[in-house]
Amino acid sequence: MFPPLTLEQTIDKTVREEWGRILSCLASGLNDLQLAEDCLQDAALSAIEHWRKNGLPQSPAAWLITVARRKALDKLRRDRNFSNKQAEITYLLGLENRTMDEVMQDAIPDSRLEMVFTCCHPTLERKSQIALTLRTLGGLSTEEIAGAFLDKPETMQRRITRAKRKIAFAGIPYKVPDKEELPQRTASVLSVIYLIFNEGYLATSGSSLLRVDLTQEAIRLARMLHELLPGETEPAGLLALMLLHDSRRASRTSGKGDLISLEKQNRNRWSREKIDEGISILEQTLPKNDIGPYQLQAAISAVHANSASWKETDWSEIVALYEVLYAIQPSPIVRLNSAIAISYADSPQKALGMLEELEGVEKMQSYQPYHAARGDLLARANRPDEARQSLSKAAELSNNTVERTFLLEKAALL
Amino acid sequence: MQFMCLIYSAPNSGPKPGTAEFGPFMKAYGDFTQKVQDDGKFIAGDALQGIETATTVSVRNEKIEAIDGPFAETKEQLGGYYLLDCADIDEAVKYAAMIPSAAHGRIEVRPVVVWDD
Repeated sequence: MFPPLTLEQTIDKTVREEWGRILSCLASGLNDLQLAEDCLQDAALSAIEHWRKNGLPQSPAAWLITVARRKALDKLRRDRNFSNKQAEITYLLGLENRTMDEVMQDAIPDSRLEMVFTCCHPTLERKSQIALTLRTLGGLSTEEIAGAFLDKPETMQRRITRAKRKIAFAGIPYKVPDKEELPQRTASVLSVIYLIFNEGYLATSGSSLLRVDLTQEAIRLARMLHELLPGETEPAGLLALMLLHDSRRASRTSGKGDLISLEKQNRNRWSREKIDEGISILEQTLPKNDIGPYQLQAAISAVHANSASWKETDWSEIVALYEVLYAIQPSPIVRLNSAIAISYADSPQKALGMLEELEGVEKMQSYQPYHAARGDLLARANRPDEARQSLSKAAELSNNTVERTFLLEKAALL
Repeated sequence: MQFMCLIYSAPNSGPKPGTAEFGPFMKAYGDFTQKVQDDGKFIAGDALQGIETATTVSVRNEKIEAIDGPFAETKEQLGGYYLLDCADIDEAVKYAAMIPSAAHGRIEVRPVVVWDD
């Protein structure tokens, strides 16, 4: 179905796929993230040269890790603080005598979980957590990360360097948190992954061609976390949620790039494959009875995915799910979404009543979706003048061109 | 690893001497010091006299200058410190959170540099 990859593409794909696992393994052995990354970078460069000449080795991962370890040994031996690095050198020498075949037999110890908790450590700034996670586990280049967040590469480079310094000197441990801290720390990792997803999902600004696919990256990270933390239910919840959202990707925008609301989307274009996977993950997770916000949001998304049309949507089911969500996460944003569901299950008037309670919440006045939702409810309640006001307020607050056009057109049609 | 926990708080933000809360507050400090000692984490720790007693010293052109007052005029003032020996930042943060002033002020946690010889 797809044209075969060129050798360059295969090399690039292999390096990217193996990057997180190899880097995590090197960093844990060397106890030095920067050194590990430098050596892997060098090994990847050698790989391009060698593999182009000799073809792909039998185990690209074993090749990369062996070469990276040799580079580390060279670097440490050249280091003027040679004597302080005896432990690392002994560690590397122990591995040095192994042949490539032996390295291939060794299962590469999986330290990606330690790595993800280090990158998302709460003592690091949120944006740095995101950048580090993409760099170390996603194998994205600094330029790609900067491009994805519309930052200058130098700014992003400084941010990543600063974060790595903090990890090296502030005693940020390279370990999986203790059992009692695990749920909270996992939640923090999940919110990093979800932010990455949303950045890719909602971003329509900038030249999208230059932006790496953050949604796919986020799904890959959630898949990894779900696999590595089988005892936790929320990674599965987030994975299902993102798959379900992503299933609508093709139908979310028109050929011209305009946004299409859920109501007007062509459901035949939804990806059945992603929906099925999302729902199947959810069905395996919900019976574990360890419910959390991501599982509930995924369940809500699944109701939409299972509805043949907008008209046939089971709104009372959605309202019920929002109520459970509000009970464990009583935020005004959940309340707002709940009101939208009630507007269909009951009436726009009732939903507008709920919105009145939110009017006083400071955060809501500058929250674009609040005004967009209010505009929609007012329009459906036959109050077009007020609806227009709310929609233009929402357009004003939007910093996304596609979204702004969508809101203004909606106001103009009233 | 050694971590310096610097205790900052705004004047008058915590329990004041003579009030009912002050006794329990001081006792909480005593208990905390006892705990870090029992846990083998304590290296040093002291309370400092107020900033009205501070003197800032500098040497410029080989001349000593001693100025009345603290180096930086900030709302939150350094009131004391604990130097703790902890496994990593996670443990240091856990202990810093137990310092009674964390409830109204802030604790800045800084790792101590280990010089390579």
